[in-house]
Amino acid sequence: MRDGRGQIRRRAGLRLWLSGGWLALVLFGAVFAPWVAPQDPLMQDLFTSRLPPFWMEGAEPGYWLGTDNLGRDVLSRILHGARIALIVAVSAGAATCLIGATLGLIAGYFRGMADIVISRLVDIWMAFPPVLFAILLIAVLGTGLTSIIVAIVVIDWTRFARVVRAEAMNQGAMDYVASAQVAGYSRLRTMLVEILPNVLPTIGALLTLEMGISVIVEAILSFVNLSIPTDDPTWGGMIAEGRQAIHQSWWVLVFPLVTLFLTVLSFSQLGEGLKDRFDPVLR
Amino acid sequence: MSAYLEIRNLSAVVRGTGERLLRGVSIALEAGHVTGLVGESGAGKSMIGKAVLGILPTAVEVVEGEILLDGQDLLRMPPDRRRRLIGATAALIPQDPLTALNPSHRVGPQITDRLVDILGWSRADAEARAQALLDEVHIAEPARVMKSYPHELSGGMRQRILIAAAFAAEPRLIVADEPTTALDVTVQKQILRLIAEMQARHGTAMLFVTHDLGVVSKICQDLAVLYAGKVVEQAAMRDFFRAPAHPYSRALLAATPQYTDPTGSLRPVERDVLDTVEAEIAADDREWRNGQAGP
Repeated sequence: MRDGRGQIRRRAGLRLWLSGGWLALVLFGAVFAPWVAPQDPLMQDLFTSRLPPFWMEGAEPGYWLGTDNLGRDVLSRILHGARIALIVAVSAGAATCLIGATLGLIAGYFRGMADIVISRLVDIWMAFPPVLFAILLIAVLGTGLTSIIVAIVVIDWTRFARVVRAEAMNQGAMDYVASAQVAGYSRLRTMLVEILPNVLPTIGALLTLEMGISVIVEAILSFVNLSIPTDDPTWGGMIAEGRQAIHQSWWVLVFPLVTLFLTVLSFSQLGEGLKDRFDPVLR
Repeated sequence: MSAYLEIRNLSAVVRGTGERLLRGVSIALEAGHVTGLVGESGAGKSMIGKAVLGILPTAVEVVEGEILLDGQDLLRMPPDRRRRLIGATAALIPQDPLTALNPSHRVGPQITDRLVDILGWSRADAEARAQALLDEVHIAEPARVMKSYPHELSGGMRQRILIAAAFAAEPRLIVADEPTTALDVTVQKQILRLIAEMQARHGTAMLFVTHDLGVVSKICQDLAVLYAGKVVEQAAMRDFFRAPAHPYSRALLAATPQYTDPTGSLRPVERDVLDTVEAEIAADDREWRNGQAGP
């Protein structure tokens, strides 16, 4: 397709719509969980335990995705679990991005001593096995939402630092950076005004990827029971509980798993789609 | 008469390994003149331009020498002062027009911002100046071009914009770093003519880095021939083409292909000529090392 100025305009892309649509749905569910959830996610009722999802024999209206062995509604728990998943995704993703990208930008553009220190730190950091590192951190910090977010940031900032550093190095070698330098601009201004906008598409793609990863890490920590100490439902916690009764009621495991899977996939696809659409070099 | 830009005995090495990249380079450039820096790839011609503008890669270290701009030594100046001085008096026409404009910003601000931010012009003055300059480099519809992003423009257009940007602040010195190398042959000629025209009109002193003697002959008054970071000959243009003094210069001149006889005129630089230069450089290095070890 070409627009009025004869430029090629790419189609918005199916994957941008699908991933964005799914995430919008999850976000809506998370924000309005108390109103849209058909049941109280914590209410136990042994008379309604292990109800199957709506299309199977023995299902009851109001329990669309069935119930677990304590009689709690799976759909309601998924909707409420989305809150913690998204809080973790957004805050851990943003904090990781901010710290990692800043260090990467400094290392990649200023080089020299700053680069040596940051790069060695990244090397050392990456030698730790990440999941064990997270579990160790939670053990030290104690469980809770903040600990999870801190753990994710501490583990994953290196991803941003590495990629952004490489990209900043690429951009730093461009002639427009030399021109800005000759014009008399400071190094800091050059970094922020000349380099940063060109690294931004990469940072954006990484950010959404990181949000997906945060959701996974939170689920893993919930799965090993190191996440939220309260009764608040989490997707990882639901998967862990569902595992115990998988032969009697597979839906307790499968629905949160599928939700998790689609959400993580959507985050990464959203990032790629946005990058394709807004990268100034491709644009 | 003292030169506007004077490089004296400039030596640069690779940080860490100490490998010499510039070997006691001395070049003088009169105000309003164009001096060509000619040499093979890796001879250090771009390096000299970068040293003058203070944009050497971090891996390169200047170990001795002076760069006098209007009598002030750039190398013995606080970095901040040097940056401001260069920003106010010098400019760069870079080699590759495709990477020399920031893809994230519109063209207009890339010309006007530095006038406003660094030199304290008003926004309106800067806009008017940019328009006038784009007009001067024969760009139709300057107003529209200023609103464009670089990727919407051709390579030749972008090089014109870069030339306009370089002249925008009326610099007294311009370093042109192979400004025609990345362009089509047909566009090359136009751009070269444009640079010559702009230089003559504005009376800007220019260091013109190139590997093309044909280009040099069209635009420069003097030239310096470099080999492995050493100036083997510096001469006025006319004298050089009439009677090049150094055997390497003679060989270089002989190696320039001529349209009338493309195959016969295309002679590689002879081995014994290279041996002569290499021997000179080795002698120079020995002397330099002794000098370093001594005091």
